[in-house]
Amino acid sequence: MSDMRLLVIEDDSEGAAYLVKAFREQGHVADHSADGLDGYARACEGDYDVLIVDRMLPKLDGLSLISSLRAQKIETPALILSALGQVDDRVKGLRAGGDDYLPKPYAFSELLARVEVLARRKGLAGAQDTVYRVADLELDRLSHKLTRSGKEIALQPREFRLLEYLMSHAGQVVTRTMLLENVWDYHFDPQTNVIDVHISRLRGKIDKGHATQLLHTIRGAGYMIRDGAR
Amino acid sequence: MTALGKLFRTTAFKLAVIYSVVFAMAASIVVFNVGRNVRVVLEDQTAETIDADIRGLADQYAQGGVQQVVQSIERRIKQPGGDIYLLTTFAGDPIVGNVAALPTATFQQQKLIETTYQRTGETQARHHALARVFVLPGNYRLLVGHDVEELEHLRAILRHALGASLGWLVLIGAVGGLLVARRVLLRVDAISASAAAIMGGDLSGRLPVVGSGDELDRLAENLNAMLARIETLLKGMKEVSDNIAHDLRTPLTRLRNHADAALRETNDPATLQVSLEKIIDEADELIRIFDALLMIARAESGSAPKLETFDAAVVASDVAELYEAAAEERGVEFSSEISNSLPVRGNRELIAQALANLLDNGLKYGVPAAEGATATLRLSACKEGGVVRLSVEDRGSGVPAADRDRVLERFVRLEASRTLPGSGLGLSLAAAIARLHGGALKLEDNGPGLRAVIELPLAPALLQIAPPERVEPVGAAPSKSN
Repeated sequence: MSDMRLLVIEDDSEGAAYLVKAFREQGHVADHSADGLDGYARACEGDYDVLIVDRMLPKLDGLSLISSLRAQKIETPALILSALGQVDDRVKGLRAGGDDYLPKPYAFSELLARVEVLARRKGLAGAQDTVYRVADLELDRLSHKLTRSGKEIALQPREFRLLEYLMSHAGQVVTRTMLLENVWDYHFDPQTNVIDVHISRLRGKIDKGHATQLLHTIRGAGYMIRDGAR
Repeated sequence: MTALGKLFRTTAFKLAVIYSVVFAMAASIVVFNVGRNVRVVLEDQTAETIDADIRGLADQYAQGGVQQVVQSIERRIKQPGGDIYLLTTFAGDPIVGNVAALPTATFQQQKLIETTYQRTGETQARHHALARVFVLPGNYRLLVGHDVEELEHLRAILRHALGASLGWLVLIGAVGGLLVARRVLLRVDAISASAAAIMGGDLSGRLPVVGSGDELDRLAENLNAMLARIETLLKGMKEVSDNIAHDLRTPLTRLRNHADAALRETNDPATLQVSLEKIIDEADELIRIFDALLMIARAESGSAPKLETFDAAVVASDVAELYEAAAEERGVEFSSEISNSLPVRGNRELIAQALANLLDNGLKYGVPAAEGATATLRLSACKEGGVVRLSVEDRGSGVPAADRDRVLERFVRLEASRTLPGSGLGLSLAAAIARLHGGALKLEDNGPGLRAVIELPLAPALLQIAPPERVEPVGAAPSKSN
């Protein structure tokens, strides 16, 4: 996904400069606000795809900023960055109207993957396909049927949800923590490569015996399902 | 406050004063009673002597008439002593006796009376006597008495003795009180001084114990036990911070080395890439350690995260489902046995984290020592009485009984595990989470292997829990995925 318009609201100038540069290198447009009030004003005016909001900001804190925007019916997706990474803090952040929460320090690949997912969600707002298609792989969300090249593949419920999540973000990088959060609904940090093993099982079911691989491992970031031909 | 003022204000001194006063009052009552009884006894004795005298003289009269009585009285008067005699005619003229003057009323009664009199040959002094008048048949009146000066004297002596002893009593009491107070004060001062020294930072210091087994000794012994506990805790804390310093320093050093290497390898993009990736890995490891430490600290300080009632059975089956594939991939036979509804109050994310840590450990260290034996890992969740038991069992080499408490400490890794990656925080975090939920983490022998059990109090009811989404049951036998 390219050409996102992003607003980074972050008072740490070095951190903000790093983010803006990194986003621009990915081909996105990124602006920067150094305090909460300026960020609020820009978010109200500009047409941004995603807001990246630090939680602790001068003049107006991140959570108040987001709840003020939501009160103004500005629904631009917001990702909260925070040094407060505990379970409670995440809940507070999401309750204030944030769409995602990433504790500092984070890997840029993780942030990028999440921002892309949020930007895509904005584009698709409301429109939810009942059938996901990637190349010759077809997943029917209503009948819970999966076919590849017309041949039905049996999946266990969790595998189905895993694939469903991957396919709903086809063409986007999905990180391991995103999978654990969205497919299993947990936020902890397993030491064992549990997610990788689930992915490799899934890959065995959908890619084995097919010339084109659809489920790709993105090094240092996560996974992506896409038409390998592209 | 002056030293003396301090002394007067001590409890011991106040007690001594109160005791002296009470004791003085008791002593007064005793002495007063003794005095009264002595007087009664002496008066009775005197009365008897007087009566005996009168009877004797009356006998003399019966034998030899008034002449013999007069002779007898004259003889008795010559003897020293306090007896007084007076024989008068009916008209009251004295015939013989050693009494010069008497109040006239005395002669009108015949019972024992106390009277004043004047001795013959004395002009001034009036004496006190107990006396009795007896009428002899010839209408002679005979007065026989006994001087009570001695009695008075005795009473005076008693009074003096009482006064003096009361004075001594109070004085000795006060001085004794002061001495006792001073002794107690000296010990309390010694204890205070030791306490001040300990507060000053010398935690190895202890309060003085005299060995008398009294209440101050017992107090000092108890405080010493408390100090020993505090010292142990602080030592533990110091060890923890030393460990933190060491265990954070190691990955930091590695990180720095990789960065150093990357600087020197700028010519070769491939090695540069590897070095940078290593740097990121080390940084991630540091972040993980840091997060775990923070979580342990939070859990231990008891700042409980949002409490809700959730079904630990659902969490256990979620985690089991999450780890099953990873276990199989490693050739570990994974099984789980999870009871139906296990309501627990707390935070499901934390319980999931704790279980994940136990499973991580099981996968890492649960490899059987015996060659060719299959590794097994078993997760079970059940309730026993009011306790929910979430246990993870492996068939590895286990943890020796002596080390079971130690491995729950931060950064403690048994020698055998040093070669495997890990921070030594997994069990500490699981234990802290269990404690935060009012439970405990117990390590048991699985003969062979380790059974790690998280015991949590069963919550009274399971409210607002959506029926758990049925995940494909994780069977006892590993199912092949393809």
